[in-house]
Amino acid sequence: MIRLEKRPTPSRAWSLGTPVLAVLLTMIAGGAMFAALGQDPFETIRIIFWDPLFHERFAAFSRPQLLVKAGPLILIAIGLSFGFRAGIWNIGAEGQYIVGALSGAAFGLAFYPSESVLLFPGMILAGILGGLLWAMIPAVLKVFANTNEILVSLLLVYVAEAMLASAATGWLRNPDGQGFPGSRNLARHPGTDNPVPLDPGGKIVGFLERIGLVSDGRILGGFFTDAHVGIYAAFIAVIAAYVLFQKHMFGYQIKLAGQAPRAARFSGVNPGRMVLLCLGISGALAGAAGLFEVSGPAGQITIDFNAGYGFTAIIVAFLGRLHPIGILFAGLLMALTYIGGELAQLMLQVPAPAIQAFQGMLLFFLLALDVLSNYRIRIGRAAAA
Amino acid sequence: MIVDPVTLIVALITISTPVLLAALGELVVEKSGVLNLGVEGMMIMGAVCGFVTANEVHGYATLHEIVWLDRLAPTLAFLAGMAGAAVLSLIFAFLTQFLMSNQVATGLALTLFGLGLAALIGVGYEGQPIPEVAKPLPAALREIPVVGPILFSHDFVTYLAIFAVFAIWYVLRHTRIGLVLRAVGESHDAAHALGYKVVRIRVVAILFGGAMAGLGGAFLSVVYVENWVQGMTAGAGWIALALVVFAAWKPGRVLFGAWLFGGIAALQLRLQAAEVGVPVALLDASPYLVTIIVLVVMSSNRARAALNAPAALGKTFHASG
Repeated sequence: MIRLEKRPTPSRAWSLGTPVLAVLLTMIAGGAMFAALGQDPFETIRIIFWDPLFHERFAAFSRPQLLVKAGPLILIAIGLSFGFRAGIWNIGAEGQYIVGALSGAAFGLAFYPSESVLLFPGMILAGILGGLLWAMIPAVLKVFANTNEILVSLLLVYVAEAMLASAATGWLRNPDGQGFPGSRNLARHPGTDNPVPLDPGGKIVGFLERIGLVSDGRILGGFFTDAHVGIYAAFIAVIAAYVLFQKHMFGYQIKLAGQAPRAARFSGVNPGRMVLLCLGISGALAGAAGLFEVSGPAGQITIDFNAGYGFTAIIVAFLGRLHPIGILFAGLLMALTYIGGELAQLMLQVPAPAIQAFQGMLLFFLLALDVLSNYRIRIGRAAAA
Repeated sequence: MIVDPVTLIVALITISTPVLLAALGELVVEKSGVLNLGVEGMMIMGAVCGFVTANEVHGYATLHEIVWLDRLAPTLAFLAGMAGAAVLSLIFAFLTQFLMSNQVATGLALTLFGLGLAALIGVGYEGQPIPEVAKPLPAALREIPVVGPILFSHDFVTYLAIFAVFAIWYVLRHTRIGLVLRAVGESHDAAHALGYKVVRIRVVAILFGGAMAGLGGAFLSVVYVENWVQGMTAGAGWIALALVVFAAWKPGRVLFGAWLFGGIAALQLRLQAAEVGVPVALLDASPYLVTIIVLVVMSSNRARAALNAPAALGKTFHASG
């Protein structure tokens, strides 16, 4: 007879161990899924997890992509972790990401064809503000009308998608685009483009080459070659969140509100303020991620501009145990599955949705294994108390 | 007149059917004290399993010229949709009931996984042929003006969904099973102390919710859209979840809410076709916006909103001892 016995406090060792175990189990279950699709499971898993980083031909293309894909995931997941820790569920980050991209792009395009150096900082602020305001809708409704924030934030994703479609085909459409949907390209216009500091043709790498530190234009294994400002912003967010959670009163209050809401209220934590702050932070970061994407890798507003980062970031937040450093690694791993998935699509014609199912599976295993950190498994009959 | 009221009402009832089925299933799940946010994932699973079954059976029946099998295809499709979604909900049941995982996170995982898996199963099925679903009532009834189309022109599943409203109301309100289910949802510890199998009852409720969401999804793909499109549920599962809150966990009000949603959805499609001066984005977003507004109105009165919510909703049950 197997029994579960609740631990007084979650096991630290298991909370660290379960994400690793979950990844391994997902590889096994995913391998079975790929085998069912008629692929060699070992080859597929190798292509997804190993080849993007170390394949002699593909690594050169794939490595720079890793941070480009991980950046938005980490940025959004860091924001989500604030609310998730406090038991406030913003699951509409996808919508905040879209609105951030829309408002940032609209700001940049409003001054077209200006090439002012102030333009990009302004776009970042507009993106942050857009995401923030979009997240304030569920927050304000939660605080003042007691409305469920899960449902409202999620339903607003569909509203944001409708706005995106109308922007791409209407009010942000490129006037010189021969009627095709999609805005002007922000990434190819100086002033609105998202700078890539370590671009192989750029000044920094050029300087490093001149003084002989770099030879082939690639530093640090080529991982930072395409890294735009948003990637660095994600790293800053990780550090800021770490400091906030470890050293600041606000981080402590979030933890308290999540683990003991009653105790938190008695100690003077205002639950309404908590909702506004947590949703605000996650909205602002998701909005920033959207702006960085539209002005960089995506380049323009299109109907299908959003790629589901807002939803995948939920998996990243959980996989990272809502801890900033954990989220950093989880974001990199999830980015790897995106890139590896594309590679598997290219080389083995694995259907694209297989990767989405694979990512969902990971979250299942992770949640299932949580039982190990919260409970002790006892085999045998219960001892008399 | 740009919108014909009779066809609008007929369309409203058809459009509301998938949401109604899913919401009724979720209502039973929530009444047992479990919050399953995976409705969207289960619906899309039902949609793809239903559509693939309809297409495969249709193909087989046409190839071998088996007429009766072709007629049976829609029924098999509905059953497959229910089964597919129920199997998916079983993962949720196992994780939340036996491994005591967080219900909000597990429900989200179910939606994310369901959307991916459904898209994977549906690869290559977009635009494939499926047999037409026969109407259950005789054509003579349908031809009665006004009343005929509104009352007698619907599909079997639509009538089933409306019947389910009454059945679920009756079972929850007037039978022993309903009483036990509600007891488990109000206080699992008390129900456990009385000797009721809390986990077993909840697992059955979750499976029922899965099957209902799956039937709704299958109706969507096999009857309403008659096609498989990736992500075709487009938030219907989330609207179903909102309807349960909106309806204050009462089956009759779920029906009313589903019709309200169906009415907005049907009306906005007609207004788009008529090209009235309202922006398309606003019309596209209107069903979601109206759902949010209704949610706000319903939740703003704290006392009334909390009155009917199952007290143990979303809480993990762990029998100690």
